[in-house]
Amino acid sequence: MSHVQSLKCRECGAEFPVAPRAICEECFGPLEVTYDYEALRRVFSPDAIAARPRSMWRYRELLPVDGAGILGQEVGGTPLVRADRLARNLGVEELYVKNDAVNFPTLSFKDRVVSVALTKAREFGMTTVGCASTGNLANSVAAQGVRHGFETCILIPEDLEAAKILGTTVYGARLVGVRGDYDQVNRLCSQIADRFGWGIVNVNLRPFYGEGSKTVGYEIAEQLGWKRPASLVCCMAGGSLLTKIGKAFDELQRLGFVDDRPTRLYGAQARGCNPIVAAVQDGSGEIRPVKARTIARSLAIGNPADGYYAARAIRESGGWAEDVTDGEIVEGIRLLAGTEGIFAETAGGVTVAAARKLIASGRLPRHEPIVLVITGNGLKTTDALAATAPVYPVIEPRLEAFEGAFATRVAADDFSGSAAPGAFPSSGLSAPAAPLSSVRTP
Amino acid sequence: MSVQVRIPSVLRRQTGGDESVQLEGATLGDILDGLETRYEGLRGKLRGPKGEIRRFVNIYVNDNDARLLDGSTTPVADGDEVIIIPAVAGG
Repeated sequence: MSHVQSLKCRECGAEFPVAPRAICEECFGPLEVTYDYEALRRVFSPDAIAARPRSMWRYRELLPVDGAGILGQEVGGTPLVRADRLARNLGVEELYVKNDAVNFPTLSFKDRVVSVALTKAREFGMTTVGCASTGNLANSVAAQGVRHGFETCILIPEDLEAAKILGTTVYGARLVGVRGDYDQVNRLCSQIADRFGWGIVNVNLRPFYGEGSKTVGYEIAEQLGWKRPASLVCCMAGGSLLTKIGKAFDELQRLGFVDDRPTRLYGAQARGCNPIVAAVQDGSGEIRPVKARTIARSLAIGNPADGYYAARAIRESGGWAEDVTDGEIVEGIRLLAGTEGIFAETAGGVTVAAARKLIASGRLPRHEPIVLVITGNGLKTTDALAATAPVYPVIEPRLEAFEGAFATRVAADDFSGSAAPGAFPSSGLSAPAAPLSSVRTP
Repeated sequence: MSVQVRIPSVLRRQTGGDESVQLEGATLGDILDGLETRYEGLRGKLRGPKGEIRRFVNIYVNDNDARLLDGSTTPVADGDEVIIIPAVAGG
């Protein structure tokens, strides 16, 4: 049974019945799903949640669906990883990584929002679903759309990363490349939703779609033992994810699942596309659109739909926002991979690099728990690392060649255990090192 | 000089169902004035009291966001297209 009350305009408060609509007819403001929290308090509890399978749908009472016909029962339930090695590197006490880079089925947090949107599309009787996407959403609409028997129509900027294009077409989804940036694709998609009546997940299904992002917040709180972290750092494209994590935490407090200590929200963007960071830092809260130029393509939204609300949520929470250069993004990817064994896409590099700057500047307190939200998988954005890919030796298949290439390294690592530092447990070390057959740079 | 203005479905209650309209003017401001004159119900929906484009409205002149151009003083020419779109989409 649904506990949804209505779609309510965030600006003027006008209420509308549940339907595939996203915009207030009175003032153009965004519509937000509202719930009957009083009724929920009586029927919903952490105990009820604990008995359910580990997926985002264990919080289904707080999602805007009507019945049992949930599409994507397996989505979500991603790890919250205690990141002690990264914590030491950054000089903080208690650090966690919420790892949506391993979400099901397409390795990004977008699997959550699409699961809700397609469930809703089916309830509304729609047969075609689509989206405007910077890549991850395209992948997820393609995979989940095909799996659940929808026709698909997915629009992307034509020059996206190859892995994100392949990761859409492989499912047989209908993909349309648009000569333009994401903001132009998004504008076209708004016109298409208007004209064709399809379920465009981030246009006319947006109020429902966005609610899926709340499950990142529910999972973090539950994984911390029904506590909110003192601080949370999240990358921002349209600004919806950070805003919805804030909503999720507020709801949990309202339901009495967590205490009243709030979370400071910190937003991260690339320097080449930083309209929300600018709105936070200059204190205006007003979004001035930009032309996006960054390797973090999944965040390259110059006119963020929820930018205003994200900036407000950050300021009201006592958090802050920071932007990072493309070079810092690559450093961030390497730092997370090299300390925690988690390979994030460029957006994750933005989050890690921004967290490092926020910690260094004193904006982000070191001695309280911090969660970094990693939203997508590094295997989709390997292009970003190509320029700095490490050189590694390629050798003949002979032991001497290996020793020649690795003697110094192995000795330094004290690989032999009992041997004296610098010694190699074999006489072979004294032999002339075999020349490397080549040095490969990918 | 004639400019085509495209109207989104959420505003068509105010335009009696019209999806687009041809209007005359030298600047985007002129076009919006003309639009509000023709469809009185649109007055106050697109622009605030000081004439600024409202936060949740995007207006494009030939592909370009008016906020990235010169807002209401952006010049328009014969054959240009003005597109009005609700801002809250995407991401």
